[in-house]
Amino acid sequence: MSEENKVTLQTALEQGLTEEEFNKACSILGRTPNFTELGVFALMWSEHCSYKSSKYHLKKFPTEGKAVVQGPGENAGVIDIGDGLVAVFKVESHNHPSYVEPYQGAATGVGGILRDVFTMGARPAANLNSLRFGEPGHKKTPHLVKGVVAGIGGYGNCMGIPTVGGEVYFDKSYNGNILVNAFTLGVCGIDEIFKAVASGVGNKVIYAGSRTGRDGIHGAGLLASKAFQEDAEEKRPTVQVGDPFQEKKLLEACLEVMRKKLIVGIQDMGAAGLSSSSLEMAGRAGTGIIMHLDRVPTREAGMTPYELMLSESQERMLIVAEPHMVDKVREVFEKWDLNAVEVGEVTDDGLLKLYMHDELVAEMPAAPLSEEAPVYKRPYSRPSWQSSLANLDLDKIPVPRNFNETFKKMISSANLCSREWVFNQYDSTVGTDTVFEPGYDAALMRVKGHPMGIAISSDCNSRYCYLDPRTGGKLAIIESARNVACTGARPIAFTNCLNFGNPEKPEIMWQFVEAVEGISDAAAALDTPVVSGNVSFYNETGDSGIKPTPTIVMVGVIEDINKAVGMKFVAQGDIIALLGTTRPELGGSEYLELIHGITAGLPPAVDLDRERNLHNLLINLSKEQIINSAHDISDGGLAIAIAECLLTDPVRLGADVKLESELRPDIALFGESQGRVIVSVSPDELNNLRKMAVRYGVECEVIGEVDISKTLNITLNSEKIISADMTDIYKSWSKKFAEIVGE
Amino acid sequence: MKARVYVSFKDSVLDPQGKAVKNALLSIGYEKVKDVRQGKFFQIEMDDMSEAEAKRQITEMAEKILSNPVIEKFEVIL
Amino acid sequence: MKCGVVVFPGSNCDRDTVYAVESAGGEAFYLWHKETNLRGADCIILPGGFAYGDYLRTGAIARFSPIMKSVIDFADKGGLVFGICNGFQVLLESGLLPGAMMINKTLKFLGQDIFIRVEETDTPYTHDYYQGSVLRIPVAHFEGNYYADGDTLNLLEKEERVIFRYCERDGKISEKGNLNGSLNNIAGICSENRRVLGMMPHPERASAPILGKSDGFAMWKSLLKYFGEVA
Repeated sequence: MSEENKVTLQTALEQGLTEEEFNKACSILGRTPNFTELGVFALMWSEHCSYKSSKYHLKKFPTEGKAVVQGPGENAGVIDIGDGLVAVFKVESHNHPSYVEPYQGAATGVGGILRDVFTMGARPAANLNSLRFGEPGHKKTPHLVKGVVAGIGGYGNCMGIPTVGGEVYFDKSYNGNILVNAFTLGVCGIDEIFKAVASGVGNKVIYAGSRTGRDGIHGAGLLASKAFQEDAEEKRPTVQVGDPFQEKKLLEACLEVMRKKLIVGIQDMGAAGLSSSSLEMAGRAGTGIIMHLDRVPTREAGMTPYELMLSESQERMLIVAEPHMVDKVREVFEKWDLNAVEVGEVTDDGLLKLYMHDELVAEMPAAPLSEEAPVYKRPYSRPSWQSSLANLDLDKIPVPRNFNETFKKMISSANLCSREWVFNQYDSTVGTDTVFEPGYDAALMRVKGHPMGIAISSDCNSRYCYLDPRTGGKLAIIESARNVACTGARPIAFTNCLNFGNPEKPEIMWQFVEAVEGISDAAAALDTPVVSGNVSFYNETGDSGIKPTPTIVMVGVIEDINKAVGMKFVAQGDIIALLGTTRPELGGSEYLELIHGITAGLPPAVDLDRERNLHNLLINLSKEQIINSAHDISDGGLAIAIAECLLTDPVRLGADVKLESELRPDIALFGESQGRVIVSVSPDELNNLRKMAVRYGVECEVIGEVDISKTLNITLNSEKIISADMTDIYKSWSKKFAEIVGE
Repeated sequence: MKARVYVSFKDSVLDPQGKAVKNALLSIGYEKVKDVRQGKFFQIEMDDMSEAEAKRQITEMAEKILSNPVIEKFEVIL
Repeated sequence: MKCGVVVFPGSNCDRDTVYAVESAGGEAFYLWHKETNLRGADCIILPGGFAYGDYLRTGAIARFSPIMKSVIDFADKGGLVFGICNGFQVLLESGLLPGAMMINKTLKFLGQDIFIRVEETDTPYTHDYYQGSVLRIPVAHFEGNYYADGDTLNLLEKEERVIFRYCERDGKISEKGNLNGSLNNIAGICSENRRVLGMMPHPERASAPILGKSDGFAMWKSLLKYFGEVA
């Protein structure tokens, strides 16, 4: 075997392995790895690929349920949605690359998650994105927002996959480390799912798609597995460039070879390129693989085995097919003007053997590389400052004198204003399946030729997670599930993207463990298992980490899409009712931070039993077609939620709301108590609403009426405290975002 | 043989990107910027042939596909 | 009525278009860009998407594809050719319709519902509408800013070949309703014989009540009636 470079412990450390990991690699091989092998070890054992810091805790997640067809471990999760169909979905982070080069970073994030889904045999039907940026006034924010949004649009729009929703939040903890979490959901027949396995000794290994270049080498390994330095600019070459047109062809060609049953297994070359795709496919099947790297189509001359194995060039797939199918596979790819080259073969010796011009350049056992990957039980401890965060003395917080002004300031603030500026750069209607477009509590997709609909909601309040990560984790689950239930859909399962700081710091690890346990408890109580996901650590710049941000994307199914419930008020004379109760809670609220500049207290309490009852109530209200609208109360509280029910273009309706409450007025209006939903119902159905609410043990209080005043009037204990012209509010609400990005 | 082809909007056509770049340059202090036109640049490498023939073929390419004569003009430099 | 929907490698509204034609009661099939046989189609539809990636200019490379040679012949002989969004851009590049597309004046992708006014109803595509009707319909494009020189614009106006114009909700033709900056608010134009139509908005995305938008449905109905398939 050739010795490109003499490998020593020093080389291993430079590649990011620890001494212990290097020794383990030597013992797995029974010798010192050569440079190429070392590169593969370093990549596969990077935090990003191996989940070495998180694996131990992720086992706590509930992953089973009667609708689960494929849980975590494959390219994406799969759930049964009835009628012989499945939904395939996953969310993944592309944080660091998006900070370094926002357009390409975000674009390739979308490209990667799309491949994860169509690799499983499903045509992508919807994209969502969960985005976190630094403060609106930070000098980098406008540039990052514009680049990320354009990149997401640029890729998804060209692919013809609608971007149907998501979240955008601003917080100073993301000033030096933005979050770009991309989600894709696809749909296919339950018997059309493909897996990433290299089974069948003697089967051929085919490389398909774009050529391999030197781009992205060390992208996953370095960018996503180390704390971020201020010299991020210099890392630019490790960011890949996306080609959505190439990916569109790849999508069509892959689906064609799958539908024609020409292949055995397939995996995209994601973050760790040829290394992870080959090793994981062999590892899952318990086989080995021989690859001739000189046959890999390249973009640049003279690429070394090391570079070929570590490149993160985009839009590539590794396929395993029976020998007599190879020509047919090639024909399909040629039809789409794509490369499909036989590069190797499946073997029975469990080894990954790499050749360059018939010379053996690397030989590694496939399964142990992933199975014996290091797992760390990193120490964790509650941060010393955590207790002081919980201190919140409400008596020291003045009650605003003019609630009209407070309301206006809130609704047109960065975190509560309209996201139209973002959504209008996305093609949300291609595919002609988007029933609820971006801006709703949950996106809702029809499935042509079938009665059901799929509801999707992405959520995470990182302020809650910062103040109490365990409760914050629970809240992310219940809010995303509640959003899904508001449409009338039953929450089925979720995918998550756990964005945290440096896990080598015990206090960050504590946040992670707490959040994971909170998510697990809530998910178990709501019977919504996790089916796929991703962990993103090292979201730090210098010494400051992000607020813990475990993004949850919940997926639900409504049996009859014609019965879906929207969030906007629809008719004059409808009764407005509040489901659930407002409690004396103000900790961690948007109001406290925005109006008083305070980020403290404990987040709102969670009652999982009541939450589950509320969701069941909402699902049945839709089934029986009792209500005309349902909208979750979240950031900004009751007053903001009611306003959101009126914000249409143009504004057509108004609301007259009368509240009776012994709570402080700011809590009554802007508190964020959980388990609350604003519904509207025609007077004829009010009794049915009340009866059903009683049956599910959910409080139901009539608080007002929909009218045609185009004004929001809120009276609290007989005193009118808000009276806002909603047409004016619409203007400031819809224009704010453009101001943030400097347009 | 290498040729360069520059494609840009005709003078009569408003160039929204060029205008945006100009405004950006002015806003960061390059007050003397009078006008910016944004265009495309192609570098084309041809196998051995006479300069005249290369010029003829590349001009044809520019007319046929590299530019849209409705809105764009081009320049071929050998 | 048989519609042949052309599939370029980067077409992404081909399936939506076939679904819309079929939902109106028409017949539709796909025509691969490397083919030349139009298989007896009564109407050729060039759907939305990014034909060949559109890295040079939208529609620039598509016009040289084998299928476009046949489509151009078909149009020259009086055949019906309908380009939507990217299909409109391809029609402009291939010279079947005059003018060119520039980048939106906002310099951003424009993906939202807009309003267009039906200016002319004497085409096979629009005779089921009332003149002056306002349609709410999605657009999704980066280059939809229609441009033509003054003489061409005058000719289009004189021959009443501007079929759709961007407008406000109430039908008012203004700069405010013209989000991409098109000259004369042009959203769609037809050929001299009125049988080739190009438009930027997507009628196939406004053809189903469940999506909350169905103002585009009458285009398919118009075509079906034109071929005498519905009363």
